[in-house]
Order: sequence, then C-alpha cells, then structure tokens
Amino acid sequence: MSIMQVIDLHQRHGSRETLKGVSFSLEQGEVFGIIGPTGSGKTTLLRLLDQIEVPSSGRVYFEGRDVTGSPRLRSELRRKVGMVLQKPVVFDASVYDNVAFPLRLRRYSRKVVHGKVDTMLNAVGLDGYQRRNARTLSGGETQKVALARALITNPQALLLDEPTANLDPVSLKTIEEFILRFSRENGTTIVIATHEMAQGQRLADRIGVIMEGQLVQIGKPSEIFYAPSDIRVARFVGVENILEGRVTSNREGLVHLDVHGRAVEAIANRHPGDELHLFIRPEDVVLSLSEASTSARNSFSGQIAGLAMSGPLARVHLDCGFPLVALITRQSAEDLGLQVGKQAHVSFKATAVHVIGQ
Amino acid sequence: MTELWDGLVQALHLIVTFDDEVVDIAWRSLRVSAASTVLAALICIPLGGLISFRSFRGKRLLINVIQTFYSVPTVCVGLFVFLMLSRAGPLGGLGLLFTPSAMVVGQALLITPIMLGLTISALSSVDKNIRDTTLSLGASERQAIWAIIKEARFAISAAIVLGFGRAISEVGVAMMVGGNIRGFTQILTTAIADEANQGNVELALALGVILLAIALVVTLGVNLVQQRR
Repeated sequence: MSIMQVIDLHQRHGSRETLKGVSFSLEQGEVFGIIGPTGSGKTTLLRLLDQIEVPSSGRVYFEGRDVTGSPRLRSELRRKVGMVLQKPVVFDASVYDNVAFPLRLRRYSRKVVHGKVDTMLNAVGLDGYQRRNARTLSGGETQKVALARALITNPQALLLDEPTANLDPVSLKTIEEFILRFSRENGTTIVIATHEMAQGQRLADRIGVIMEGQLVQIGKPSEIFYAPSDIRVARFVGVENILEGRVTSNREGLVHLDVHGRAVEAIANRHPGDELHLFIRPEDVVLSLSEASTSARNSFSGQIAGLAMSGPLARVHLDCGFPLVALITRQSAEDLGLQVGKQAHVSFKATAVHVIGQ
Repeated sequence: MTELWDGLVQALHLIVTFDDEVVDIAWRSLRVSAASTVLAALICIPLGGLISFRSFRGKRLLINVIQTFYSVPTVCVGLFVFLMLSRAGPLGGLGLLFTPSAMVVGQALLITPIMLGLTISALSSVDKNIRDTTLSLGASERQAIWAIIKEARFAISAAIVLGFGRAISEVGVAMMVGGNIRGFTQILTTAIADEANQGNVELALALGVILLAIALVVTLGVNLVQQRR
C-alpha cells in the first residue's frame, strides 16, 4: 500500500530550480534510499515530503489525500512523519527534555512521557544521559538524541537526511542497525537521503537517483548498481568503465560489439550498427598474470597503466586497446606482484556488461 | 566636587535611615517601571515571535521603523500619551491622566520599540534549523514560536533588562502624564528634577544613587538567574 505519493514536484529557490518534476510513491514499511551528489536536491525533496517547505508546483499525497494547500492536512502530515535534519540541532535543554519535546507538544501525561522517554533512550544507547545538557554531547550522541526525538512518537514515516554524515564507523553501524530494526518492528517507512551510494545499497529496498533536481532512475539497488539508466547515474554509482562500441552481430541476445577495434560480447538485444555505451563495474573485472582458462566470454591482455591503493582494495588501470579499470584486493595485487608497465590479462563475463543506447 | 561627596553621604544616610518619603518614592519608581516592563514584555515577546517567525511583505521596513523608534524622545511619548488621555482625547473618559497607571502605560509604550526590536534580533539569531526541527516534530506555529523563544531566553532577558533600565531612568513620560504629584505620582527621576530645580543638589544626587542601586540589584538578580543553568 502506498503511504505517500508526490506528483511532478517543482521547487524554485530564487532563480535556481532545485527540483524539476519529481514523481514517485512510497510503500508502507519500505526503506527508500535517495542517492545523488551533494546539491542535487535531496534535502529539498525531504523538506517537501515533510511539508516544511511548500513546492512551487506539484502535489504531495499522504494517506491518499492531497495535503498541498491545506494547512490542516499539512500539519497533520508533520505530526505523523518524522524527520532528522542533515545537521541535527538539539534544544538548549536536557537530553530528557529534548526527547520529551514531541510528546509534550501532543499533551501526553507526565507519566506516559517519562516511560516512553526512558525506553527510547535505552533503545538508542543513551541511558543515563537524561539530565545532561544536549548541547554538550558529541556528534554521534547528538545524532542519537535527534533520532530518538524523531522516533518517540512512533511516526508512520521517518525522513533521514544524511543521517550518518558526521559519524565514526562504529556509531554508523549502530545507528544503521537501529534504524533498520525500528523500521522492521514498527512497520515504519524510512526515506534515507545519502550521497554515499554504498549506504543506499546497504539499507534500501528501493533507490531513487536524483541528479540536478531530477529523479533519473528508480529501482532495486541491484538494478541501480548493475543497470544504470544513463552515464551520469553509472558514474555516480561507481561504474568506472564506460566504453563506447558498435554492434557488429546479434545472435539470440548475445551481441558482439566493436570497442576500439577489439571485440566485446554482451547480453543485450540490439541490432547490428547500433552505437551503444557499455558499463562494466570494476569489481566484475577479473585480473590474472597468465591467460588462465576462463568461462568468461571476454578476455583481453593489456599493459598496467596505473595502480592505486585505497584501503583494502587496489584499483588497477589497464590499457588493453581501450582503457579498463579492475578492482581487486590489495592482497592479490601484492601476490601478483603488479607493477606499472607489466603485462596482465583481464576477463569479464558477457553478463557483466550493461549496455544502453548512446 | 563637595556637592558630589555630600550627595553620596546623604544618599547613604537616607538609605540607612529608611527615610519614609524617599522609600515611598523609590518603591513607587520600582513598581511603576516593573509594571511597565512586564506590560511591554507581555506584548513584545509574543509579537516579536510572530514577526520573526512569519515572512511577509514589508517585514524589513517594519523592523527598520521599530529600530527608528529606539530613539524616540521620552517627552514625545509623554506628549502623545497625554493627548490620548487628556479630557478631550480619545481615551479621556478613562480618567487615567496624572495617575500611576498612566505612567505605566506611557513607559510601556516608550520601551516597546527597543524591547520588540531586540527580541526580534534575539530570535533571528537562533539557528534556523531549530524552527524546522520543531515543525518537523509536529509543532503548531504557536508551539514552534515558543520553542524558539526558549532557545533565545538569555538574549531576550537582556532585552527586558534594557527596557527596564530605560523605563526607570526616564523623566519625560512620568512628568507629562504623571504630573509629579508628591506622594502620588512622584518617582525618583521626577523628584531628582524637582529637587535640583529647588537647589537641593545633595538630595537630588542621593536620589540618583538610589536609582542606580535599584538598577544594580535588578541586573545582579537577572545575572544570577542566568548563571544558574
């Protein structure tokens, strides 16, 4: 069941159009990721979903009713939808008073407030912090207070704007797990905006990619990551190999492409002569020193043009008639004794190649 | 210089001996100014909250006008209130002219611009995210304004103290609408003007010292409350 739906949302801030015709719907209980570069309109979209801002045009439906233009329905929506801002602020008051704030707005009795706040603080791991002034907390603790404060009313939907941007890896894990557990236990719909595509992949059931104010693709994480709908999305979700090629033959869905004079095979239904873009994720490229026997359809030899370590991974740039990047573990890079200028072999499956029209 | 010294000595003497008339005047001063400050605060805090929270056409202009009235001469406010309350004026029927109530109204009017202006600037210096946060947590406009006021409570209390300072130190309004009637509407400032005119410089100075002592106590009291956070 759809809990929320937006249709053709546009938003102008002065002369700048931050959103251009965004439409989608949110299903009850799902975790929906909005990913996109900074400044692409994620925050504006969340603010419109929570009706803190009014769109310059377009409609927002909540529980089947159009709330745009009705102050009563807008405030009802805000009462049922929680939001944690990108830079969460806490009131200059105790942790207890901060978390109790939404309950007091709704005139719950002192006793009920007390019980709920203590339970919630316990759940986010802030037991014992009740009397601390919230302004004296660390970034991670502040984030937890903001999250507890947004969840204390058990909202139907929770909107999170870069919820873990200022967190260390340990707090990040705790918060992500807490959000997912809360959503599962209470059936809360979660919308999470993040510029970090990996977080979207970890948490979301569905992902929407927003670029320059437009929602360019919506789908399951696997679709977004392995079948991006255009070059911008592909670049953003970490497809480092974007090649151009022309179809030379098509045999029952297995196409041969001419890429810089080399033949590449891919699974697609395209006609000979079609000019296409080929997307290959760098982690799908297998690297070896000798020409190993492989079931992969595509096998090339080339020269190592560059080598960059990043954490536990190594990014290997090869020139095999066309440029290709392979992502392998640092350990295997060392075992293979990879060096710039050395020859190496790469292979990738025909299914690892995603093609779109140019 | 001897007058200054004599004034100080006499002030101490009057304070220590609890001179009946002086205590009466000082007490009236305090009551009138405190009442006008409370009255002005009751208007300025909610109104300032509303002006700062809402965006509307002419908001900047309104704030500029309010700030301009920071420097309204006290006698002008006094004259305005006098004309309103005089027998022929629109509010003449209330019979308030030359009463402490008239002074309260006049002083409240006098300090409203400065208290309102400083309240608005105190509220606008609160992080905009506080407003968004309160709204997203389900606050109505009134609840959101109240939460923002609480965030700015220290800056707002400074605005109130400043308003009180301007009220207790002004002469123009008290003179014009109070009439400086001994034992009824005479307050410290009008008494100082009176005594100085009659050549009682030491007594005038002594009353001035007492006025400052009251201001000191009020300021200390507010600081004490602020530090107890």
